[in-house]
Amino acid sequence: MSKLIVSPSPHIHSKDSTRSLMLDVVIALIPAVICSVVFYGWQELLVLGVSVASCVLLEWAITKYMLKKPSTIGDFSAVITGILLALNVPYTTPWWVIVIGSIVAIGVAKMTFGGLGQNIWNPALVGRVFLLVSFPTYMTTWSQPQGLFGVDAISGPTPLGTVQEGLMQGATVQELTSAYNYKDLLFANLGGSAGEVCALALLAGFVYLCCRKVIKPWITLSIFATVALTSLIFWGIDPARFTDPAFNLLTGGLILGACFMATDYVTSPMSVWGGVVFGVGIGFLTMMIRYFGSYPEGVSFAILIMNSVVPLLNMWFKQKKFGRK
Amino acid sequence: MSKRTFSIGGVHPHDNKMSRECALEQLPLAPTVYISVAQHIGAPAVPVVAVGDKVKVGQVIAEPGGFVSTFIHSSVSGTVKSIGPRADLAGKPSSHIEIAVEGDEWAEGIDTTDTLVTEIPSDNKAIIEKIRRGGVVGLGGATVPTHVKLSPPPGSKCERVIINGCECEPYLTSDYRTLLEKGDKVVVGAAILRQVMGNVPCTIAIEENKPEAIAHIREVIARLGYQGIDVMVMKMMYPQGGEKQLIDAVMHRQVGSGALPISVGAVVQNVCTTLAVYDAVQKNKPIVDNSVTVTGACFPKQANLMVRVGTPLKYIVDYLGGVPESAAKVISGGPMMGRAVANLEAATVKGTGGLLFLTEAETRRQSAGNCIRCGKCADACPMGLEPFLLNKLSKAGDVEALEANAAHDCIECGCCMYSCPAHIPLLDNIRMGKGAALGAIRARAAAAKAAAEAAKK
Repeated sequence: MSKLIVSPSPHIHSKDSTRSLMLDVVIALIPAVICSVVFYGWQELLVLGVSVASCVLLEWAITKYMLKKPSTIGDFSAVITGILLALNVPYTTPWWVIVIGSIVAIGVAKMTFGGLGQNIWNPALVGRVFLLVSFPTYMTTWSQPQGLFGVDAISGPTPLGTVQEGLMQGATVQELTSAYNYKDLLFANLGGSAGEVCALALLAGFVYLCCRKVIKPWITLSIFATVALTSLIFWGIDPARFTDPAFNLLTGGLILGACFMATDYVTSPMSVWGGVVFGVGIGFLTMMIRYFGSYPEGVSFAILIMNSVVPLLNMWFKQKKFGRK
Repeated sequence: MSKRTFSIGGVHPHDNKMSRECALEQLPLAPTVYISVAQHIGAPAVPVVAVGDKVKVGQVIAEPGGFVSTFIHSSVSGTVKSIGPRADLAGKPSSHIEIAVEGDEWAEGIDTTDTLVTEIPSDNKAIIEKIRRGGVVGLGGATVPTHVKLSPPPGSKCERVIINGCECEPYLTSDYRTLLEKGDKVVVGAAILRQVMGNVPCTIAIEENKPEAIAHIREVIARLGYQGIDVMVMKMMYPQGGEKQLIDAVMHRQVGSGALPISVGAVVQNVCTTLAVYDAVQKNKPIVDNSVTVTGACFPKQANLMVRVGTPLKYIVDYLGGVPESAAKVISGGPMMGRAVANLEAATVKGTGGLLFLTEAETRRQSAGNCIRCGKCADACPMGLEPFLLNKLSKAGDVEALEANAAHDCIECGCCMYSCPAHIPLLDNIRMGKGAALGAIRARAAAAKAAAEAAKK
């Protein structure tokens, strides 16, 4: 003993840190990453590498040269943004498009607001939507998975894209979806952006995060429930025009969005009921965009729109205080 | 066996009860003790001895300085050496009575035998007076004079006495050892308390990590044949031993903001306080000693000691082999709510329940990062507050918003800061905000009172 430390209580701290929580999210994403590399091959690995590297480098450069503050890349949040961005774009996306996406995600959506914890919108989604709007060609040319050791890729639209295009040409939903069976959707045998293709791997990560108490399941479950219910109603009214619940749950990045993007701490409400309303909003908006919007896919937009109302949800849904009405 | 806990928040720190197997042991008398006259909530006591006086163990050396105040007794026999300021735990001067120890002679009328007296006097007023004269204060932490708690304001009615045996602070085991080794006396003390409060039912609440104590107290109640006293097994959860939390857990009633437990019909007393009630009422023995857990992973010799009030901390530590080289922080109390000791020369007070040694690795604060809005602090807060928000408001000094968001309800349990992954010193800031909110509320109350009086004239 040399000198005693004197500071106010509490004198101990839980083992949780921002870094350990973010690392848990990275771990939870590993099954989906492995899955996408296996199904899409080495090109997907390149997409992941470019995305993660550019996100981390950019955050490091911004903190060092623009903000002149200690680097924050050690908290692993930039790694998560990188992985999520990569899982949100087709594996055929050129590297420079991905770099632009990272600049928008980290540079514009995250660091401009003050870095981790200060941003209003999920950075990876902002990057993704920017690319979708700016480079629609690259972002909507999807390929059938060719596999790690596969042969030539077959280009084609995603299931949701197929359906929307087909409907505009007068076909019925039954005709358009008969090509897909749900086993394929669950086990990733269809075209889509990387994160869309392996529902089971994503769900495994989600279960891991819930078990580790990193996230609570309510946001995700309310999204699933709302999507299922909304599509059940519309499908029940007119199955020729509207796709069925299982199809909607398993396609178009809904699982990736619901499990990993909507549950982002920073951009989701803190309270359980706030989270449920947030999830219902995302689920409903997703279905409205899918059924009536001009884009085949609505999850990204739905999450970003609901991100915007999080401060209000945090104000409205407060926990009951002890001993107060 | 139903296990209960409080309804909002709470955390699960590792309980680290490494001194649980150490039986209570009498600490040899120190050569000199320093007895503070301000070791309870309320007005300091007024010394009634002079320098040079000979005193005996249990003799009154200071009298209450008001209703919310209490008697202070000499914990040793010997000569009063000085009366004056001396540095306390934090190094701040406060008035102490210094007594040089000579022998161990007890004042007359105190029963120092170990015989269990189960017959309870029937006059409740006389019992409360004995408790007051015995200098009994709440030993669970707040050190409120016990006779004050047992004298509910007119119109309020006690419906249940709760004996707090949760000991939810990690490391501490003095309540546990007391339950195990002095369970008979605690149960008689509980019987006294329930009689005083009007023969209401009494619940002894013990957390599930102390199964031996639970079994022992159940056995004692059955053996002594007391009706109306039961043991409730509580889930392990911090801060279950907080008064408001315990009442919520046991009675499913929530004490309102700024209200006393009696407003929902509850009176809560700690295990060691209950023992002190037994001593004062049945044995005429005032509080002259208390049980202190000395522990820590870096501390070589764990112990639960019976320590005379006013013993210098250094004397206790030296008895057990001195402060270990790797200790970076000494805490009086538990790791969640205890106070860091700046001055090992300071003396124990009635409420000293533990001395905890932590290494730098165990206690070092990490540098704070950005709030990631994970909400873990709000989930952990047992008062249902939003620490992340109070933290911001405290820093901004927005007193109005602090009050609107109930900063003054904060019980300073530390759950928010314990669980914050960004290592933000939430409680440091919230304490300041709480002070500001309380100040505003009190100023308003004072102004309203003054206005009412002016209107009368």
